[in-house]
Amino acid sequence: MQSESIITPAHDWLVEVNSSSGESVSSCYQCKTCSSGCPVSFAMDILPHQIIHMIRMGLKDEVLKSASIWICASCETCTTRCPNDIDVAKIIDTMRINARKSRVKLGEKRAAIFHNSVLSSIKASGRLYELGMIGMFMMRTSGDLVSNIKSGALLEDIKVGMKLFRHGKLKLIPRVIKRRRDMKKYFKKLKRGEGA
Amino acid sequence: MKVSYYPGCSLHSTGLEYGKSTEEVCQILEIELQELSDWNCCGAGSAHCTDETLAIELATRNLSTAEEAGLDLVIPCAACFQRFKVAEKHIIEKKEPAIDTSYQGKVPVKHLLDFLSEEELIEAIKAKIERPLKGLKAVCYYGCLITRPPDITDAKKYDNPQTMDDLLALLGAETYSWSYKTDCCGGSLMLSRPDIVTELSGKLIQKAEEVGADCLVTACPLCQANLDTKQGMMSKNWGRKVRTPIFYFTELLGLALGSPKADSWLKKHIIDPRELLKSKGLL
Repeated sequence: MQSESIITPAHDWLVEVNSSSGESVSSCYQCKTCSSGCPVSFAMDILPHQIIHMIRMGLKDEVLKSASIWICASCETCTTRCPNDIDVAKIIDTMRINARKSRVKLGEKRAAIFHNSVLSSIKASGRLYELGMIGMFMMRTSGDLVSNIKSGALLEDIKVGMKLFRHGKLKLIPRVIKRRRDMKKYFKKLKRGEGA
Repeated sequence: MKVSYYPGCSLHSTGLEYGKSTEEVCQILEIELQELSDWNCCGAGSAHCTDETLAIELATRNLSTAEEAGLDLVIPCAACFQRFKVAEKHIIEKKEPAIDTSYQGKVPVKHLLDFLSEEELIEAIKAKIERPLKGLKAVCYYGCLITRPPDITDAKKYDNPQTMDDLLALLGAETYSWSYKTDCCGGSLMLSRPDIVTELSGKLIQKAEEVGADCLVTACPLCQANLDTKQGMMSKNWGRKVRTPIFYFTELLGLALGSPKADSWLKKHIIDPRELLKSKGLL
């Protein structure tokens, strides 16, 4: 019987990641400082130091499909503490950009949808229109509605949302900048599915 | 004194009271805030993980306007501040990808807390305190992006910042040492993973309670919103009522400087902080 390879490492990926991030993943000595200080490690499927190691092993698919790269809160603790000056948070950003470009199935779709909703709003008006962004996010994640009703999260969100609205903190009308053509220029480079 | 001012999107919406109290405090201290003309959202939180060039361009457009105005640029939002500093370093250090801009990195970019902590302004504040915050027990919560990463923010005490503690002590409040000053509240996971935000923000509130504080003080609209809006969920998870007031440092500064407008900001919180202030005779 012919044995099947479970993992297909992409060895040239390390070079690619180092070059596109401007960082040197290769200098990591696996001290785990990044994972120890990471405030969201409890919710991750792969820990930050493991992501770094997996990049070196060329495990592209495994990293790009992970939920961790989207769960990262960009708090920059790992970047601040890395003894080898690796900007770990930037590596995570590079992974998110890579994941979208590779069109893999995203490990935590809701976070990507959130970023897309924010960017769509900026693209349209030059500023963040929160009510519109929230509406867009809820529409695009409507598949999670039942679980949100069951957990009570939706009811809680509605309560808070109503209060914010009454306090004038969620505006009905978006504020639009004058030179919206600048936004058009900046956003032109993004392809469909890569945000906004 | 006159400075350029970038309020950012939150200060016109969910962080309304941060914006109002900032304007009031600056007026009392005779600081003229000149809002950047036609400013745009800096894309904080979302642009940098989507396209690096886009993220730098969004911030640089505003920096370029500020440089033309020729005044120091003051930013109250921690996330905006950090994105502006990233763009500043990107341009000054000529990093790749290159950005098409006239901006040269010459305008000083300051977070509001650091700006108001400058010696000259501390003296001005000291001279104008009308209502010392006696009896208020607070922990200062700086969050992530005022200080991190220090290579970008130029923060000197990035793990144990002291500026807000010093300011509140000057105003007469009692501040407590705690080891969660710069821990993360969950930031922009607010909508996508509210469970994580509730967990992280909940831990901050719990730790603040443990050291004996009756409120947390913030300098970031995202931190304030996460801590203020998730207490209903925390109450549900913990099986007890959680009602810890979350202030912006400018609200307490305005209160101490005797502003008659304090009530109009404080009533906008989800967890109404006025009861606490009244119990201390501060409102």
